[in-house]
Amino acid sequence: MDTFLQQVINGLTAGSVYAVVALGYTMVYGIIQLINFAHGEVVMIGAMVAFTVINALAPAGLPPLAVVLIGGACAIPVCVLVGYSMERLAYRPLRHAPRLAPLITAIGVSIILQHLALLIWSRNVLAFPQIIPSRTYMIAGAAISSIQIAILAICFALMAGLAVLVYRTRLGTAMRATAQNPQVAGLMGIDINRVIAATFVIGAALGAVAGVLFGTYYGLAQYTMGSILGLKAFSAAVLGGIGNIPGAMLGGVLLGIVEALGAGYIGDLTNLCSYDTLAPRIEACAGGGNFVLFGSNYQDVFAFIVLILVLVFRPSGLLGERVGDRA
Amino acid sequence: MLLEVRQLEVHYGGIRAVAGIDLEIADGELVCLIGANGAGKTSTLKAICGLIASRSGTVRYGGEDISRAPVHELPRKGLVMVPEGRGIFAQLTVAENLAMGAYAHGGGDPAAQYERFPRLAERRRQIAGTLSGGEQQMLALARALMTRPRLLLLDEPSMGLAPMMVTKIFELVHDIAAQGVTILLVEQNARAALELARRGYVMESGSITLSGEARALLDNPRVREAYLGE
Repeated sequence: MDTFLQQVINGLTAGSVYAVVALGYTMVYGIIQLINFAHGEVVMIGAMVAFTVINALAPAGLPPLAVVLIGGACAIPVCVLVGYSMERLAYRPLRHAPRLAPLITAIGVSIILQHLALLIWSRNVLAFPQIIPSRTYMIAGAAISSIQIAILAICFALMAGLAVLVYRTRLGTAMRATAQNPQVAGLMGIDINRVIAATFVIGAALGAVAGVLFGTYYGLAQYTMGSILGLKAFSAAVLGGIGNIPGAMLGGVLLGIVEALGAGYIGDLTNLCSYDTLAPRIEACAGGGNFVLFGSNYQDVFAFIVLILVLVFRPSGLLGERVGDRA
Repeated sequence: MLLEVRQLEVHYGGIRAVAGIDLEIADGELVCLIGANGAGKTSTLKAICGLIASRSGTVRYGGEDISRAPVHELPRKGLVMVPEGRGIFAQLTVAENLAMGAYAHGGGDPAAQYERFPRLAERRRQIAGTLSGGEQQMLALARALMTRPRLLLLDEPSMGLAPMMVTKIFELVHDIAAQGVTILLVEQNARAALELARRGYVMESGSITLSGEARALLDNPRVREAYLGE
């Protein structure tokens, strides 16, 4: 089996989900310069709601695909409500406060949502019932499952849909106008409160779908899943250039691939027995043994290595522009 | 009166920027508000259209009290401000900027603006931030006209432009007024503003110190000394 191609496929799948989550971070940042740290929690709530619905409907004998779709259809309105409420109740009153205030509030909202989820869904890891029979296809020596294909199709459709919304519609143009100059947007008759609320709502709806996909892909959900997923998506948004919508898409996909390749190769690369100078000195290597320093459980580290590298070498991100050269 | 400002006061923290001014504009008038830097001209405009909150006083527009109306509701009523520094959406295209001008009406046809500003028609797909200063000012005017204004508040439209372009912009302001749009023009270029306007107000450290027919102000020795450099 071709490790490289396989890991690219796996990375692309996870990365497309990161990209959809990253859009929620980057859209909100673009419009009110707030890193909404609670966005990962919205994704978690999406997965949890979908879990509850799928779990309840699984024995009912409905077609499995319908069950998952109903799960998603229930997750979206719940997440939209959560996204709208956090903007209305937590961030809007702080719109003109110093930037640190909403940022810390975002961390607070994140903690509140996490613990609400803990109360509702317990601290256990919830296993999604595996109701969709997964078929695996082989391409050029790598396997791709029907679920992966579905995730890729849904995520890229969402990204295309969002691009159309942002770059081709009146609401999208109003969103970009508000992001650039909220005062003048108001003078042109744009109700910026509504535009900002719409941004949160759209981000939350995307987050809900991402949560459902993530849950069904890995088959697991837990009340803490939002933090790590959120941090990775945030890293993806920074990689692409925070505030930049195509950047978040690119960043998400790249981050997923880097992470998967890293996880795929780190075991081989840190297997000391594969280095001729070291092998004779390590007892474990005798007779074809292995001595691996870092295994694929270090997968999560790669996202943050990427984040650090971007912050050091290109803080504006891949597609971000340098701030401060406005005409 | 289309616009009636009574005892308008604006404070920034402890600083009083506008000290209880009265100002009125009749339908179809072109009125200018002149004064030195920091006299409170921009604060007055911002308070009229609700961009900053006034401490006290009332603003009536078309007989309606708009002192507490949200900013975004005014374009629908025909009151539009072109802010200082033009305030175009630099990363949107020219066409998108114009579309945002028509936002209040749910979209409009930019054809009339392209006819008035042929330079913008040529550049409709261009990113607005790449236009020259004069073109950006034209875009700001065109965008404001897209809202189909009854009252236009212009904040220093000539600022930072080359002399040729200043003349052009003042001609455009004259044309817009001739078509029946009421205009309140804030300018530091006092002579050009007074030559263009029918009436004028002179503002000094937050108060209106002189007002009257523009021609009379042009002849007023105090104005000549302080603002016309004579």
